[in-house]
Amino acid sequence: MLGIIRQKAFAQSLQRIRPATSAWRGYSSAAKEMTVREALNSALDEEMSADPKVFLMGEEVGEYQGAYKISKGLLEKYGPERVLDTPITEAGFTGIGVGAAYYGLKPVVEFMTFNFSMQAIDHIINSAAKSNYMSAGQISVPIVFRGPNGAAAGVGAQHSHCYASWYASCPGLKVLAPYSSEDARGLLKAAIRDPDPVVFLENELLYGESFPVSAEVLDSSFCLPIGKAKIEREGKDVTITAFSKMVGYALKAAEILAKEGISAEVINLRSIRPLDRPTINASVRKTNRLVTVEEGFPQHGVGAEICASVIEDSFGYLDAPVERIAGADVPMPYAANLERMAVPQVEDIARAAKRACYRSVPMAAV
Amino acid sequence: MALAHLTSSSRSNLLKPLATVLSYTDSFRRPISTSTDPLTIETSVPFTSHKCEPPSRSVETTPQELISFFRDMATMRRMEIAADSLYKAKLIRGFCHLYDGQEAVAVGMEAAITKKDCIITAYRDHCTFVGRGGTLLEVFSELMGRQAGCSNGKGGSMHFYRKDAGFYGGHGIVGAQVPLGCGLAFAQKYSKGETVTFALYGDGAANQGQLFEALNISALWDLPVILICENNHYGMGTAEWRASKSPAYYKRGDYVPGLKVDGMDALAVKQACKFAKEHVLRNGPIILEMDTYRYHGHSMSDPGSTYRTRDEISGVRQERDPIERIRKVILAHDLATEKELKDFEKEIRKEVDQAIAQAKESPMPEPSELFANVYVKGLGTEAFGADRKEVRAVLP
Repeated sequence: MLGIIRQKAFAQSLQRIRPATSAWRGYSSAAKEMTVREALNSALDEEMSADPKVFLMGEEVGEYQGAYKISKGLLEKYGPERVLDTPITEAGFTGIGVGAAYYGLKPVVEFMTFNFSMQAIDHIINSAAKSNYMSAGQISVPIVFRGPNGAAAGVGAQHSHCYASWYASCPGLKVLAPYSSEDARGLLKAAIRDPDPVVFLENELLYGESFPVSAEVLDSSFCLPIGKAKIEREGKDVTITAFSKMVGYALKAAEILAKEGISAEVINLRSIRPLDRPTINASVRKTNRLVTVEEGFPQHGVGAEICASVIEDSFGYLDAPVERIAGADVPMPYAANLERMAVPQVEDIARAAKRACYRSVPMAAV
Repeated sequence: MALAHLTSSSRSNLLKPLATVLSYTDSFRRPISTSTDPLTIETSVPFTSHKCEPPSRSVETTPQELISFFRDMATMRRMEIAADSLYKAKLIRGFCHLYDGQEAVAVGMEAAITKKDCIITAYRDHCTFVGRGGTLLEVFSELMGRQAGCSNGKGGSMHFYRKDAGFYGGHGIVGAQVPLGCGLAFAQKYSKGETVTFALYGDGAANQGQLFEALNISALWDLPVILICENNHYGMGTAEWRASKSPAYYKRGDYVPGLKVDGMDALAVKQACKFAKEHVLRNGPIILEMDTYRYHGHSMSDPGSTYRTRDEISGVRQERDPIERIRKVILAHDLATEKELKDFEKEIRKEVDQAIAQAKESPMPEPSELFANVYVKGLGTEAFGADRKEVRAVLP
C-alpha cells in the first residue's frame, strides 16, 4: 500500500509525464511522483487514444490548454474535432454533450467549476441520469461531467459550493471524488469507460499536489473499480470517512491522534454514489466509532447519509454518538479568517475523533 | 459626479480668448475650468444602429464635466493598477478581475443617469461601484477582506454592492445579472418611478440563453431595461469570433433595437446612455454594444497574452485609451494645462495610496460575523461551524 508522501518541490512540477507508460517499467526501484493534474491529463490522453468516440468539450479546454491546465496538449494531439472550446453557455453545451452521448459517442464535459453546472443541472439530472430508466435500457448515456468542486481559496460564496450530496442523491448517476493521483487516474479512466453518466468531482487545490504512483498505476490499462472505497490508513479505535481534499486532512488528524494513543482508520470514499456501505460498516463494526468529514454543507450531506447507513446497519456496534465534520452552515465568506472558520481544519477532525473516544467533552453541550 | 474633487469654483470664461497665449505662462495661471457653459464635442465615430434612429454625434457637455471625466477615469485607472500590485503582494486573494481600459463605460454611463436609476453588472465591478459613489477605502478594504469593505469583507472582489445608490452588484456567475437587471426594471415600472436599469454583461455572456429569455419577456412587457454589452472582444481566453456566430452584439436582440458605441469615448457612452434611457421609458428594452478593451487579462490568474498579441494591447493603448482621449479634448479646448492634469494624477495617486494605507488598518471581520446576514429573519434556527458540537450560533 502506498503511503502518501508529499514533496513540495514536486508540487510545481513542469515535467511532463508521457502517456506512453510502458517506458516507466524500467525504473522500478524509486517510486515515481505525479501531480493530480498530470494524472488527469494522462488519463484523458490515454482514454482518447484508446477510443475514438471519446471527446472533450468545455470552456478554454483547447487553445487555452485548460483553465487549470488539465487538458494541456490535448488539442494539439487530437485536433479541434475531439477537443472543443465552447462558448460560456453551460445549459447549451451540456445538452449538446448529452445528446451526443444518446447517439453513442462518449463525451467528457468539463465545467470550469461545478458551480457553473447549476446552469446545466436539468440536463445532468433529467436528460442524463434518468434516460436509461425511462427508456427501459434503450437510451444509455455514457457521459462524464468533470471539473473542480467545492471550496478553493478566497473565491467567495458563488464559487465555493460542494455538489457531492446534490448529485449523489440522484439515482442513475455515478458520483466519484478522487483524492490522490492514483485515484485521479484510475477513477477518471473508469468513469470514461463506464456506460452510465458519471459526475467526476475534482478539487482545484489538489491539482498541484504530488503523489507517488506505481508502475501499475502508470500503465494505460490501469482502472479503479467504481463503488469501492479505499482504506488509506488502518486503525482500530475510530473510523474517519472522507473524500477529496479532506482525505489529506483526515490523514494528518490520524497522525496527531496516533501521538495521543488513538488509532484512527481513515477511509477514502473515492465513490460517493454508489457509496461503499460494506466497507464503511465493516470498519465501524471494528472500531465502534465514526467521524464523517466533508467540505460541503452539513444538512442532507454525504456525512448524513453515512451516519444513517451505519445507524441502520451497525447500530449495536456503536459505542459513541456519530460525529459529523462539515463546512460551516453559511455561504462561504471571502475574508481569510472567516473562510478558515467555514472550512473543516485538521484540528476539527482530531477533536471530533477524541470526543468519539470520550477523550474530550464538547464545548457547546446542549 | 461620482467622486469628490478639489476644483475651485471661480469662473474663467473671461480669460478664454486669451487662454492660448497665456496658458504657457506661469504668472498668468488661471483656475482650471469648472464652467458649466455648454460645449459641443463630436464623438470619435458615428453610432451604428439596429432598428432605431441613432442619436447625433454631437454631444453636449461642459468643461466641468470633461474635467470630472478625466479625474474619475484616472482614479479608476490608478485604483485598478494598485489592486494589481496588492494581488501580487498576496493581500488580495481569490479572483480579481480588473477593468483598466474600460473606464469610459462606467464614467460615461453615470453622466447620463441618476442614482435612482439602477445598475447591475458581473464580476468586473470595482469601477462600476466607484462610479455609483463607492469609496476607494470601501474598495480596497473589501478586496483585502476587512471590516471597512463594502460587504464587510464577506463578498470579495466580485461582490460589491451599494443599494442606496442603485448598484445591485457584483455577480460571479456569467449571464445571471441580465435577468436580474430585467427584474429590477420590472420593479421600477411596477413602482411607477420614471427610472431605468442598466444591465451590463460581456461578449462572453452575450450567448447565454437566460439573456434571451429575459430580453423576450422585457420586450413583451415593455420593461425599462438597457442591456449594455461591454464588448472587450475576449471571453476569458476566447476571442469573440470563436464564441459567437454573430459578434454584432447590438443586433442580437433581433426585434429589440440596438446601438453600437465606441466604448473608449466617454462622451459617446454618455450620449448613447442618455438616448437609451429616453428610449426605454417609452418603448421597452434596447441593447447598447460598447466597443471597449481590457488591458489586463481576464483575471489576475490570466496573463492576457496567450490569446492576443502584445502589439494589439499596446496598439489600443496608444490609439484609443479613454483617459488620453479626454486629456486631448481638455487640452485642445484649453480647459486645463498639461501640468494641471498631471497634478490631478499626482493627487489621485496620493488619494489611492492613502486609501490603501487606511484599508490595511481596517481589522479583519469578527468571528461572529461568520453567522451574520444568513437570513433577514433567522427564526431562532441554529447554524453550525465546521465542528457542529464546538461552534454553533442562533440566527436571530
